[in-house]
Amino acid sequence: MSVEQEFPELRTVILTVNGERHEIEIETRMTLADCIRHRIGKTGTHLGCEHGVCGACTVLVNGRSARSCLMLAVQANGAEIITVEGLATDGGEWHPLQQAFHEHHALQCGFCTAGILTSMVEFLGEHPDPNEEEVREALSGNICRCTGYQGIVNAVLDAAGRLRAANGGDVK
Amino acid sequence: MSEGLIGTPVRRLEDAALLTGTARFVDDIELPEMLECAFVRSPHPHAAIRSINPTPALSLPGVHAVFSYADLAPLFTKNLIPPDNPGLKFAETTKAIVLAEEEVCYVGEIVAIVLADSRYIAEDALSLVDVDYEILPAVADCRDALAPDAPRAHRHAPDNIVTTFRTEFGDCHSAFGTAAHVFDLSLKQHRGSGHPIEGRGIVVQFESATKGLTVWSSTQGAHRVRNTLVDIFGLDEDRVRAATPDVGGGFGSKHIVYPEEVIVAGAALLQKCPLKWIEDRREHFLAAIQERDQYWEFEVATDEEGHLLGVRGSMIHDQGAYTLLGFNVGHNASLAVPGPYVLPNYQLDVTIAVTNKVGTIPVRGAGYPEGTFAMERAMDLIADKLGMDRAEIRRRNLITAEMIPYELPLRARDGSTTHYESGDYPLCLQKALDRAGYTQFAERQATALSEGRYIGMGLANCVKITGRGPFETGIVRIGPSGQITVHTGAMAMGQGIKTAYAQICADQFGVNPSDVRVIAGDTGTVPMGIGGFGSRQTVTAGSSIHLASIEVREKALKTAAHMLEASEQDLELKDGKINVAGVPGLSVSLSDVAKALSGAVGYARPKDVSPGLEATANFMPTGLTYGNGVHVVEVEVDIGTGGVKITRYVVVNDSGRLINPQIVEGQIIGGVAHGIGNALFEWMGYDESGQPVTTTFAEYLLPTAPVVPNIEIVHHETPSTVNPLGVKGVGEAGVIPAAPAIMSAIENALAPFNVRIAETPISPPRIIELIEAGKNGA
Repeated sequence: MSVEQEFPELRTVILTVNGERHEIEIETRMTLADCIRHRIGKTGTHLGCEHGVCGACTVLVNGRSARSCLMLAVQANGAEIITVEGLATDGGEWHPLQQAFHEHHALQCGFCTAGILTSMVEFLGEHPDPNEEEVREALSGNICRCTGYQGIVNAVLDAAGRLRAANGGDVK
Repeated sequence: MSEGLIGTPVRRLEDAALLTGTARFVDDIELPEMLECAFVRSPHPHAAIRSINPTPALSLPGVHAVFSYADLAPLFTKNLIPPDNPGLKFAETTKAIVLAEEEVCYVGEIVAIVLADSRYIAEDALSLVDVDYEILPAVADCRDALAPDAPRAHRHAPDNIVTTFRTEFGDCHSAFGTAAHVFDLSLKQHRGSGHPIEGRGIVVQFESATKGLTVWSSTQGAHRVRNTLVDIFGLDEDRVRAATPDVGGGFGSKHIVYPEEVIVAGAALLQKCPLKWIEDRREHFLAAIQERDQYWEFEVATDEEGHLLGVRGSMIHDQGAYTLLGFNVGHNASLAVPGPYVLPNYQLDVTIAVTNKVGTIPVRGAGYPEGTFAMERAMDLIADKLGMDRAEIRRRNLITAEMIPYELPLRARDGSTTHYESGDYPLCLQKALDRAGYTQFAERQATALSEGRYIGMGLANCVKITGRGPFETGIVRIGPSGQITVHTGAMAMGQGIKTAYAQICADQFGVNPSDVRVIAGDTGTVPMGIGGFGSRQTVTAGSSIHLASIEVREKALKTAAHMLEASEQDLELKDGKINVAGVPGLSVSLSDVAKALSGAVGYARPKDVSPGLEATANFMPTGLTYGNGVHVVEVEVDIGTGGVKITRYVVVNDSGRLINPQIVEGQIIGGVAHGIGNALFEWMGYDESGQPVTTTFAEYLLPTAPVVPNIEIVHHETPSTVNPLGVKGVGEAGVIPAAPAIMSAIENALAPFNVRIAETPISPPRIIELIEAGKNGA
């Protein structure tokens, strides 16, 4: 039957995930999310809708946030990818966003959290001194069913302050 | 001993793994030789199955098996998922089957399961399973379903009725006969889903040594899963272990045992290999339970001053195709009507109707949002018709603090009457009004109106039954390592209960909560469990853990006294050590005591202390405990677009004594956000044939960060009198009065157009329609 000849088409890709280089052979139809989770074994990235709305699967691809459910792994060939597992320092010190999320009760079940953290890493990089409205707008691409967002908003504003302080008060 | 752990905002113990990506959810479990599953689901709301031919699918490389009813039924003792209450009587045809044999009754109902090397291949194979359907007439609207000539949702059923019942007390006939005023209401509350961001999922390991099963399910009831599998497959309890990994939210969606869980388990027994099924979002839209699908027609009688004399009428609840649990949503909705008000006479005739849609069972709130909506809409109508203030009509009818404990002649499912044992409803209302600046609002509203802006303030009260028993186990155990461990049948699904339980336990041992390990939802460690629903777990399991911790503490002190040859009164327990007060260096650790009690040779132990430094408690509440809340909401409505912006949201909530205020606030805020969804966004659409039309998050809108305001919470703590911690449940508190409070505010903003809102959710186009209708005097 024709299906047998068409699938699976295999391709070798090189992905750098949290600084580790992975050269793996995958089916061309495999999503980046499934590749990161099930081939590379970084299961901190989660799938909430698989149609690009909930944002749970967001990772950073060459520094830009991307829905890993809507991107094929082959499209990320050669890319540097950061997942939630790569946010803390090598020594295990949490990113200021992670610390602020903990202190402000910005997560409950935690399933959407990885995508929110990665989205906010990008956002704060571009908007180091945001106001609440801007934070809420930036969060509009991520759905959280548990928290009502209040703790998340407070945590992002707090983390922005911590990051500015760490940069000597420089907003840029 | 540490003071004040209870009531302090201890940072959550759950967070570290979740923040660093090292938590383990069900899809993170990988087992050797594991196959992945996908389900062939009915594309039709109602059809007969003429034949199923798996051959084309089986020829696809990577496909290992396709099982349908004919393959799996020989394993079943019965093709039926047992209801919550085995004594419950209702229409046989609506009982929840595991797997369709010859008829499918909603879009998404399972016809077969495909086992393959990967989910990709399993999904490829779905369209290769040839199912020959004969399409049957379907019924999608529960009102249409009751017509004598309506198509039957189950073709062999005599009608489309699960059951009918009347909830009543007093004498409505007399009350309405002498009432000064009678007002009519007709309400529609639409259905939505729980939508935890993690969908459902299950991994099943076939244990070849025992021919049993180990099951990891993303569920709100591990013991319910085990008990159901034991029941359906005729296995004994020791051969089935159900455990929950980290669970990515529940909200009711994971409260029941689903056909998927049973079918995957059955397929693992047949295939004798590990299997995984992870729900995708489309499947959640099609086949995870839903709630809040009711039509209410009722009238309310008052005296001249607006005091309630009676409520009477009828309600149709859309059960969907199956009663997966029972019909407690309709029942609870009828019980929720009186709420915090003095209602002398009440009569509601409830019809639980069958349609060709997925089943309804409790989503966060469990009928209480619907019943509260009905009463609170009535309150606003009475106020407006009598020219009274909306807060005053409520104040006038509230049960006062002096009337508590208050006996309401309403019978709960367990036959108990409704006994409001604590609370101060008028004070909570006043606190909410003060915080929101209610008395100054009219002036602000008039100013806004003169500027062409339509702002409004609304409010709603609620009372929620919480802490349903009969019990939830708490086992506290200190092993020879000195590690303090809590085991419970309660379920952690994101609320933070592990932290709360660790606080309760640590409080007795003078240790940090992080020194206590909490293991929840594993049938391998706790023989009995009921599960996470109905705002019940801190009341039941929390109390059990509290009592077991006290017992272990007493046991430790008694043993230590023996070991130290000291009097118990001279001992102090601090930092995990028991010291003789005032004698530095004379101490034993909890580890030492645990070793002594574990039966190790050479340790002295008192003869009247039972082996093991551990205790089990199954606290049985003598009654239910009732939380209450008041929401006051301010909105601005754009009369050009119909858009609603919530500009202020105040909650006064009484959840009794707070174990961890931060976690309690998180529960309330999350509940309010869910209620905002119910009020303004979440609409699970079906066409007239029962075909779902909203099956993505682009079509079915969940509340997002820009539309959920900051929620201001004022706690009012009236300790419960029916459990040793004084706690009341809080998991559903936030959602219940949210929709009526928001509708009240929108109506208030649109008062110049005489808009009346009688439905949830309400969309901007619908608001424009209502404004136009109001202008035209409709």
